Amino acid sequence: MSKIIEGLLYSESHEWVKVDGDVAVIGVSDFAQAEMGDITYVDLPEEGDEFSKEEDFGALESVKASSELYSPVSGKVVAVNAALEDAPELINADPYANWIIKIEMSDKAELDTLLNAAAYAEIAK
Amino acid sequence: MEEQLKTTCLYPEHIALGAKMSPFAGYMMPIQYSSITEEHNAVRHHCGVFDVSHMGEIFVSGPDAERFVNHIFSGDISPMTEGQCQYGMMLYPDGGTVDDLLVYKEYRKDHYLLVVNAANVDKDEKWIRQNSDGFVVNIKNESPAWGQLAVQGPEAEQVLGKVLAADLSGIEFYHFVDTQLYGKRAIVSRTGYTGEDGFEVYAAPEAIVGLWKALLAADVVPCGLGCRDTLRFEAGLPLYGDELSADISPVMAGFSMFCKLDKAEFIGKDAIAKQKAEGTAKKLVGLEMADKAIPRAGYPVQLEDGTEVGVVTTGYHSISLDKSICFALVDREAGALGNTLYIQIHRKVFPAVVVKKRFYQTNYKK
Repeated sequence: MSKIIEGLLYSESHEWVKVDGDVAVIGVSDFAQAEMGDITYVDLPEEGDEFSKEEDFGALESVKASSELYSPVSGKVVAVNAALEDAPELINADPYANWIIKIEMSDKAELDTLLNAAAYAEIAK
Repeated sequence: MEEQLKTTCLYPEHIALGAKMSPFAGYMMPIQYSSITEEHNAVRHHCGVFDVSHMGEIFVSGPDAERFVNHIFSGDISPMTEGQCQYGMMLYPDGGTVDDLLVYKEYRKDHYLLVVNAANVDKDEKWIRQNSDGFVVNIKNESPAWGQLAVQGPEAEQVLGKVLAADLSGIEFYHFVDTQLYGKRAIVSRTGYTGEDGFEVYAAPEAIVGLWKALLAADVVPCGLGCRDTLRFEAGLPLYGDELSADISPVMAGFSMFCKLDKAEFIGKDAIAKQKAEGTAKKLVGLEMADKAIPRAGYPVQLEDGTEVGVVTTGYHSISLDKSICFALVDREAGALGNTLYIQIHRKVFPAVVVKKRFYQTNYKK
């Protein structure tokens, strides 16, 4: 049974979102990291990159597979978790403490399309 | 369709060990038990065991057996002694690869064992039969009757020897012994697909299950197909379907040394001779990156100006070498050693230098 945190929003592609004013803090769920296995590389975007909702902004790589990351919201990247460049395994260790990017949202109404913890629990199994 | 997948004799053992299972070559096979990295390192530094019972065993015998195998096989089996193995290919007349395989010259006159890829067993058997007109040979596909384990790593000789209560030090590289295992006929060869010393054991399914359990009891690490691929790749060994295929000849893949052109004849000889003399449009190369991004099969390979010159066939962040490397099939002129090419990975393009394909220094006991 994978861990799901109350109070976060989730996408069907297994990213989580923590809303902090106009900024969306984005990571991947425990379900996603467990499915991937040992993560060996995180392909990160750069600050200032702009993504629309559901556009791929990077990827997680395990030994065997590559899994794209999709932005749950539209906006501009204002921070990237550079610690993941040298320690991608942090995502396996704690996927909720180790966020991947922060996006300044251009349309907060998009948050309404995301899932709450209970709804996400239905698809993360 | 899961219900159509075959299983090996060790399927219940894999499930009991909690292996991550996935379809491969028509079989439900273990990909990993603990982690690909741990299993990979066990083989590089200690000893691991793989269930490779899905591989095919086709026996060829009869008065024309030697001449026939030489007809369908790219290598020359004439100088082989009993108890010896040889790697090579079966080829189409145009030089494309039917399969790559091992030929075992048995301890019986005019008897050979051909060990072929699981995905190709049916195709190979058909190919062998349809090319046997005019040869007095008996062809038997005994694949379902044989299980196979690969015991690989620097401690393989010692651990497998202890479990079998036999001294394996006398088995030379690419040689085998015919023996008994739990009352069944067994073949033990010093061969493998990892770049390390090791053995492959063929026997009836019951005996293979017994040996598997004994090896695990002796702390040999169960290894899945995940690390089988990372290990063979680092050692520069091809996988049929990726680096060899009907469209990729041994010359293109850089394995023309396994095509013996001084032999009287074999299917594909003329095409291979022509390819060797004139060169091929594409060639398989090794590429090494400075960045940590990972090149995967199918990613495009380009020149600096964006012109596409090829495609990645297998790629990983190498576990033993800690760098991102791949095989790629590229235009011949673009593939010169030391050239810088560019691999498109997700939204970015990364430089990669053409290097020799044997990325990892193999440790065979020769």
